[in-house]
Amino acid sequence: MSDDIVIRVTGLENRFGEQQVHKDINLEVRAGEILGVVGGSGTGKSVLMRSILGLQTPTAGTIEVFGENVAALDEARSKDLRRRWGVLFQDGALFSSLTVAENIEVPMREFYALPQLLMDEVAGYKIAMVGLPPLAGPKLPSELSGGMRKRAGLARALALDPALLFLDEPTAGLDPIGAAAFDTLIKTLRDTMRFTVFLITHDLDTLHAICDRVAVIADGVILKIGTIPELMAFDHPWVQEYFQGPRGRAAMASDNRVEA
Amino acid sequence: MTNATLVVDDSAGSGRTVRLAGSLTVSAIGDITTAIGDLHPDGKPLVIDVAGVDRFDTIGAWLVYKLERDWAAAGQPVRLDGIKPDGQRLIDEVKANDAPVDLRPARGSRLARQLATVGGAVIGAVETLGAFLGFLGMTLVALFQSLFERRPLRWNAIVHQLEIVGVNALGIVGLLSFLVGMVLAQQGEVQLKQFGADVFVVNLIGRATFRELGVLLTAIMVAGRSGSAFAAQIGSMKLAQEIDAMSSIGMSPTEVLVLPRVIAMAVMMTALGFYGSLLAVLGGGLFCWISLDIPPVSFIERLRDVVPLSDLVIGTVKAPVFGVIIAVTGCFQGMQVTGNAESVGLRTTAAVVQSIFLVIVVDALFAVFFSALGFV
Repeated sequence: MSDDIVIRVTGLENRFGEQQVHKDINLEVRAGEILGVVGGSGTGKSVLMRSILGLQTPTAGTIEVFGENVAALDEARSKDLRRRWGVLFQDGALFSSLTVAENIEVPMREFYALPQLLMDEVAGYKIAMVGLPPLAGPKLPSELSGGMRKRAGLARALALDPALLFLDEPTAGLDPIGAAAFDTLIKTLRDTMRFTVFLITHDLDTLHAICDRVAVIADGVILKIGTIPELMAFDHPWVQEYFQGPRGRAAMASDNRVEA
Repeated sequence: MTNATLVVDDSAGSGRTVRLAGSLTVSAIGDITTAIGDLHPDGKPLVIDVAGVDRFDTIGAWLVYKLERDWAAAGQPVRLDGIKPDGQRLIDEVKANDAPVDLRPARGSRLARQLATVGGAVIGAVETLGAFLGFLGMTLVALFQSLFERRPLRWNAIVHQLEIVGVNALGIVGLLSFLVGMVLAQQGEVQLKQFGADVFVVNLIGRATFRELGVLLTAIMVAGRSGSAFAAQIGSMKLAQEIDAMSSIGMSPTEVLVLPRVIAMAVMMTALGFYGSLLAVLGGGLFCWISLDIPPVSFIERLRDVVPLSDLVIGTVKAPVFGVIIAVTGCFQGMQVTGNAESVGLRTTAAVVQSIFLVIVVDALFAVFFSALGFV
């Protein structure tokens, strides 16, 4: 495994019929960082994530995760790979007929023969870890609020202590307080569990608060990847509009306040 | 990555040492989970030696933390040796999150649970019956409002449903009716031949299909095909809050979704029932021609002699009633969907089972009714 690069995307092209979503995406995600991916609606952020996860076969290009070419893996190795990442989909994507605790136990049950007692204990501390109330365990996803569903989805994504975590708009649809708490949670968990985060977001506050680097995707390519100050110095109308627009400035101001 | 190992060393007289080595991670920990679960405070001080552990994850940290916790809770000395900062960080993390958490719904005694199941089923049945009557009432109100208060019917929706429910079903209903007609003729012939009465096969086919089988078979097929589709469509719309959106705009879901389906189903069941009967007779006639040498002309003549017009009328009267039953049951079950995708599946099944059940019950009532009226 090439030491520091967890995800390496080279020359990725995605095409749906006439519509070309990605022309030539090149991206490297370093171990231990939180990489934010931003871009306008329809620029293919989610398609990029689905391609990396193997849910979508790209038209061209290679994707390496932990140094292994995702497309070339046989079934057993591809399963091995899936144990090492966790995914939080936009609305949690919890299995609707299972309780929260059962949802968290699904990956453990699927891959390992652990005693039920141990799985229950693990589910217990994961529930506490993601900040769900103690009574949430026996509830069905439909009985939870949107924010709680996301936390439960995060607990399931973290069930096997993954080395790589994919988050698809984790703060979308949360109130500002809940969103800020979720940001802090991800950062804290990253600091204790030392995983790498691939994060798709529209939330400027999230970008400022937790992302180490940000990749801007537009016109089917990665326009620029770097820290936020680097991006703000980058001369491209969309990037300037994004970070220097009223919302961008507000997010930056609050970020400075925190640091001051 | 090496599998985790556990060695219990009681050689030091003062206490017990548990030596852990290898990777204490979810993928490597399988071998020691039972052994570690068997360790309980036994009055001796414990030393947990993790110097040989090369990696921790939260599960490994949890197991170590649990040993510490159990011994400390029993008031016996416990010491952790050789822990590296990475491991300590994770142990602190799980320690901070060790809180009593509910994982399963509370379960009472067995008798109480069974009583609760029975009670829940009774309440559920009564509530469903009530809701069904309410739904039927709402549909009828919407229908009469449309008819008498000159509220516009949704013709586009009706025509669309006519196509889906009726025109698109022509193939399958026709084929199955045709085949059943042939089978009926063949089986009838086998039996009637024993009495030298094989020409009565025509009576059998003609009377059975026009009066009963044609319509009943069609109803069963349509229930499986369209009743289920109604429940699934409306159920998915309910989950996606489309029904709520409709109500909030001021459109009545009954008027927009239910009424067009009920009307289309009533019309199309009548047409399909007749069509199914016709194809069944065609199948039977073909068999008679090939196997019994009854030429089509004689078959039709005999059919006209033995099948009274009342049979056709009875069949045609029943068909729209069956259609209404299927459509109302399907839409009702769709509207009952709540919560999750599993509920859509359950309600779709319920829609098919209940509509077929109701169709057969009502058919039996019709049979008794028309016999009592003297149509035999």
